[in-house]
Amino acid sequence: MASDWLLEMVGISKSFPGVRALDDVCLRVRAGSVHALIGENGAGKSTLMKVLNGMYRPDAGEIRLRGEPVQINGLKGALDLGISMIYQELNPIPAMTVAENIFIGREPVYGRSGVVNRRRMNADARRLFQTLGLEMNPSARLSSLSVAEMQMVEIAKAISFDSEIIVMDEPTSAITDREVEKLFEIIHTLKAANKAVIYISHKMNELFRIADEMTVMRDGRYIDTQPTDKLTPQSLIAMMVGRRIDEMFPKEDVPLGEVVLSVDGLSQDSRVRNVSFELRRGEILGIAGLMGAGRTELVETIFGIRKPSAGRIRIGGRPVAIASPRDAIRHRIALVSEDRKLMGLNLRASVKDNVSLVNLARYCNLGGVIRARQEVDVVRRQIDRFKIKVSSYRQIVDTLSGGNQQKVVIAKWILADPEIIILDEPTRGIDVGAKSEIHKIMVALAREGKAIIMISSELPEVLGMSDRILVMHGGEVTGEYARADFSQEAVMASATGSH
Amino acid sequence: MSMASLAGADGYGTKVKQIAARYGIYIAFAVMFVFLSLWSPWFLTFDNILNILRQCSINGIIAVGATLVIITGGIDLSVGAIVALAAVSASSVAHPDSYPVIVPILVGLAVGALCGGVNGFIIAKGRIAPFIVTLGMMTIVRGASLVMSDGRPVINLSDEYNTIGGGYLWGVPLPVFLFIAVVLIGAFLLHFCKFGRHVYAVGGNELAATVSGLNVGRVKLGVYTLAGLFAGFAGIILSSRVMTGSPAAGAGYELDAIAAVVIGGTSLAGGTGAILGTVIGTLIIGTMNNGLDLLNVSSYFQQIVKGIIIISAVLLDQYTKNSR
Repeated sequence: MASDWLLEMVGISKSFPGVRALDDVCLRVRAGSVHALIGENGAGKSTLMKVLNGMYRPDAGEIRLRGEPVQINGLKGALDLGISMIYQELNPIPAMTVAENIFIGREPVYGRSGVVNRRRMNADARRLFQTLGLEMNPSARLSSLSVAEMQMVEIAKAISFDSEIIVMDEPTSAITDREVEKLFEIIHTLKAANKAVIYISHKMNELFRIADEMTVMRDGRYIDTQPTDKLTPQSLIAMMVGRRIDEMFPKEDVPLGEVVLSVDGLSQDSRVRNVSFELRRGEILGIAGLMGAGRTELVETIFGIRKPSAGRIRIGGRPVAIASPRDAIRHRIALVSEDRKLMGLNLRASVKDNVSLVNLARYCNLGGVIRARQEVDVVRRQIDRFKIKVSSYRQIVDTLSGGNQQKVVIAKWILADPEIIILDEPTRGIDVGAKSEIHKIMVALAREGKAIIMISSELPEVLGMSDRILVMHGGEVTGEYARADFSQEAVMASATGSH
Repeated sequence: MSMASLAGADGYGTKVKQIAARYGIYIAFAVMFVFLSLWSPWFLTFDNILNILRQCSINGIIAVGATLVIITGGIDLSVGAIVALAAVSASSVAHPDSYPVIVPILVGLAVGALCGGVNGFIIAKGRIAPFIVTLGMMTIVRGASLVMSDGRPVINLSDEYNTIGGGYLWGVPLPVFLFIAVVLIGAFLLHFCKFGRHVYAVGGNELAATVSGLNVGRVKLGVYTLAGLFAGFAGIILSSRVMTGSPAAGAGYELDAIAAVVIGGTSLAGGTGAILGTVIGTLIIGTMNNGLDLLNVSSYFQQIVKGIIIISAVLLDQYTKNSR
């Protein structure tokens, strides 16, 4: 039976140091169909797609196109085989025009001169937009477009390769309803031309409108493939979250104290909308949601990195104005940020210099001279307390493992003696051992009466560690659950906005 | 240590590389020193060594300021012009029987600090690239020194003033002591004070520094002010030594200072570096100039050699760092 299937990925496995990202995963896609690929953050969808577009080479498994086994060598190799992809993260070149972005690397030239035939390039782009029913000026600079328009350029670019298989990774995360309709029209045209679309999205209503078949992944494994008409949002969510062997979390019940932080109607442009909550001493408040739900933006607004557009923050009952991280630190808030390399660490400096940074003034005399011995003592104590594996406190942070780097960030913030500790994805990308140690640290801090906010995209972690969970979707709080009412299905439903 | 000895020959090679990576620049300086001592009988004499140190002192003082700036990830192109403006303004109040010698000194330092402060203020508040701000400031300050002196060198300076750059203490030229003093101040600020730690933090990751509650703007204001202050000091010493406040003084000094910093292993990317490296970098440039003079190499050709050494030093640095 030589091939019902346009694309078959069979038995694909891929490991990274310490993580089995894909374990024996299968994906079969028909020509002329839209195939949705579904799973939680970290389920392995993106990794699987990076295997398909040649970015990663699988450790095991086979990829077949129309029944023929193929080797995919790099992004270029994937394009040559007729596979193109729209990425979740936009990567346009803002200073170049729409047409230049679309035809980058394959610009039409005059003969063999290497001089770009700008007129033909713009004409080609215009024709492309016409067939897609888009209104766009090919010679407009990307920087003058809205994010939604940039996304449409990216979509047009992926289609311009005339590929057989087009992967769309969260294509609607940045576009408006009107453009979504446009995109769906384009997808129908592609289907009619017997192309295959692999569609990744968390938005239930879209999936059920556009997909012909759905494949569910979980924890790097293949779960099931079903035609859409055999599925309901509920059954889909059940497949996504599955029934997992409960991971062990060291969460302890700590008596809750008074309210230390209360957030009232906080908004940050359109990214955070009218969020209100309270946080008590000894409490671990989990914030769940999918990527782009506005969770990081919420805590960055509380911490003074972003300017709120509305709302009030009270600490210990008193209204406070937090205009910068300095203000936040003065009000004894700590933020262990999502991206430790971007915001958390000075990778070029030593463990000591990183750990003592926030609180350096406390280890200085009045003239600003560092009391070196005291500083070293304090840093050594932090290294012991958080079991940071280093050869010496002088070790440069860049040379540490991810887990130890994360512990350095935590050690640094705890040294500042905060009352409110915000941890944004505290265990992302670190190994199991370090993860469990960080969970223990959180419990110890809660026992000391600190108030903790933890953002996590891993459902088991949120469920296992929190006293209470806020779920966000589209910048809003779409659900709040007390520990007694925790359920993966309910949280997932709130996170996908399908309530 | 034990790892290296266990690993045998291979470990030995790694160890050599580690030593080279750490001390490469010192080794290069030592090799140069030994070579010149053997080659020229005049090189390793007390007078010649003092001569080298004196020649180094002005560039060294400017380079200490440049080190602070470069560790924050910035650059200061205006220091050469600040040398001239400080020289001219200090000299114009240093005529015999006018003011006590402290007045021209304070004027020169104040002018330098003020120019640097303006640099820092614009860079911090306007969020403009340091390259652009200090390039503009370089032209403005050079113009100001020409306007102020009407394009003519300021001469007829008091003996006391001329002693600053031309005097001796215990047979050692005064500028050498002043150089050492500035190095000690720079090293103290950078390696023993909160300010220095903040300088590294800003250059290593400005966003992380902001999130950690540092006042990044104030750190930048501080380093550019110090760079200007030291350049002003260098302008005083220079005008005193040549007994002239010349509006043309200091041309290209900013590049010599940057060269000394870079040869000393401080990365232009910011976040790393040390004053000691800059001292060695300054000595390498000074020794090389002196050695090439002694070897009768033409001053035209010397420029070519200097350029080659700058590039080689950074290449060596990159190579040893990557193989670590």
